Amino acid sequence: MVRREEFIETVVELIGRAETELGEDVLELLREAEKKEDGHAKMILQSLLKNVEIAREKRVPMCQDTGIPVIFVDVGIDAKLKFDVYDASREAVRIATERVPLRPNSVHPITRENVGNLPIVHCRLVEGDKVRIAVMPKGAGSENVSRQMMLLPGDARRIKDVIVSVVKEAGGKPCPPIFVGVGIGGTFDESAILAKRALLRDVRKMNNFELEILEEINSLGIGPMGLGGKTTALAVLVETECCHTASLPVAVNIQCWANRKAFAVIG
Amino acid sequence: MRVFHLNCEEVAEVVRELEAGDVVYLTGKVVTARDRAHMRIVELLDSGRKSDIPEEVFSCPIYHCGPLLRRGKKGIEVVSAGPTTSARMNPYAPKLLELTSCPVIIGKGGMGEEVRRALMGKGVYLAFPGGAGALAADRIENVEKVYWEDLGMAEAVYVFRVRNFGPCVVGIDSKGNSLYSFS
Repeated sequence: MVRREEFIETVVELIGRAETELGEDVLELLREAEKKEDGHAKMILQSLLKNVEIAREKRVPMCQDTGIPVIFVDVGIDAKLKFDVYDASREAVRIATERVPLRPNSVHPITRENVGNLPIVHCRLVEGDKVRIAVMPKGAGSENVSRQMMLLPGDARRIKDVIVSVVKEAGGKPCPPIFVGVGIGGTFDESAILAKRALLRDVRKMNNFELEILEEINSLGIGPMGLGGKTTALAVLVETECCHTASLPVAVNIQCWANRKAFAVIG
Repeated sequence: MRVFHLNCEEVAEVVRELEAGDVVYLTGKVVTARDRAHMRIVELLDSGRKSDIPEEVFSCPIYHCGPLLRRGKKGIEVVSAGPTTSARMNPYAPKLLELTSCPVIIGKGGMGEEVRRALMGKGVYLAFPGGAGALAADRIENVEKVYWEDLGMAEAVYVFRVRNFGPCVVGIDSKGNSLYSFS
């Protein structure tokens, strides 16, 4: 049985870790890109790597945009949770806001009144007796240039072009070199979730389809921070699901160079 | 790559000599402003209330930044304070550039055609590495003033004293050159 306190403590710890330390997979790609680049692009990548070092040493968030905490919870049906996962997630975010600390980023969408920090929680029921948690603080710079498109069946051949054009349109705004999460298929809502979940993967593992898109993106020349260079994206991560015979949903969730994520299993 | 170490008080005098691609490190006072502050500045200007706007907005480099701060025993501590996406400020920047004595904007991601034109013969756009909030905080010595706290931590206006704030790449210069081909 997983207790509420344990869940909250774990989520607080994951938020802190995601904000202050970068995963080894992401770091590896950043280091490789730094070696390949020269001029401004190299200088910027060196600054980003130095920033990661300072954040880890001082235990402070690497970016002032501590994001909206997106929390993925896979609950095993035998974990016998006796608490509200959504409420416990909000409590964890409240604690993390003080402890990490986090910038109060959540506002009412219309009045723009600040309400502190509120998480987005995606919960699933799965087999087993464990609770798997993934935390992804998502910043606005990259989220603002993400796109969802309801393509038509005849557009299947130009999916790659559509993805590349979203990246081109985003330019330097999302803090490149970026990670490109893509959801193809499902429904309107499902495609977006697929794109976001894709960003949780080990970014070093790409298939041929993903590598082809990556190559096309990197031929755009946008470069680190949009100032030109060979590295516009570090990885393209695609998830697919079957969809209606009459539709083709495609969602592109852009993530900044700091693909912040942290994972834990409890119970 | 030309590298300049400049003082914020003197940067206005040399700003037209800077070229796209130069690297700048700034020392002195900068003032932060992002969406809400820009909206308020323009509203106040439109209603003839310029005197209600923090004076630094017209005399210091404007830094597009919504910092993460912590209030401790020693006052305000800057925890993480990198740049925010400058393009959101495209509609407001030309008006501010008309009125300032220090035509220097610091941000990330580049700015639009209207801002490139407003900078012609006048000033520069500097790009600090986006997402490098911990590095930026390391170069901010202290918070000298806070204005418009009612806008909340991320949207209030702060006067930072910075030292060797950079690397800032001149993304747009006063001759109309821009390194951004996609913004």
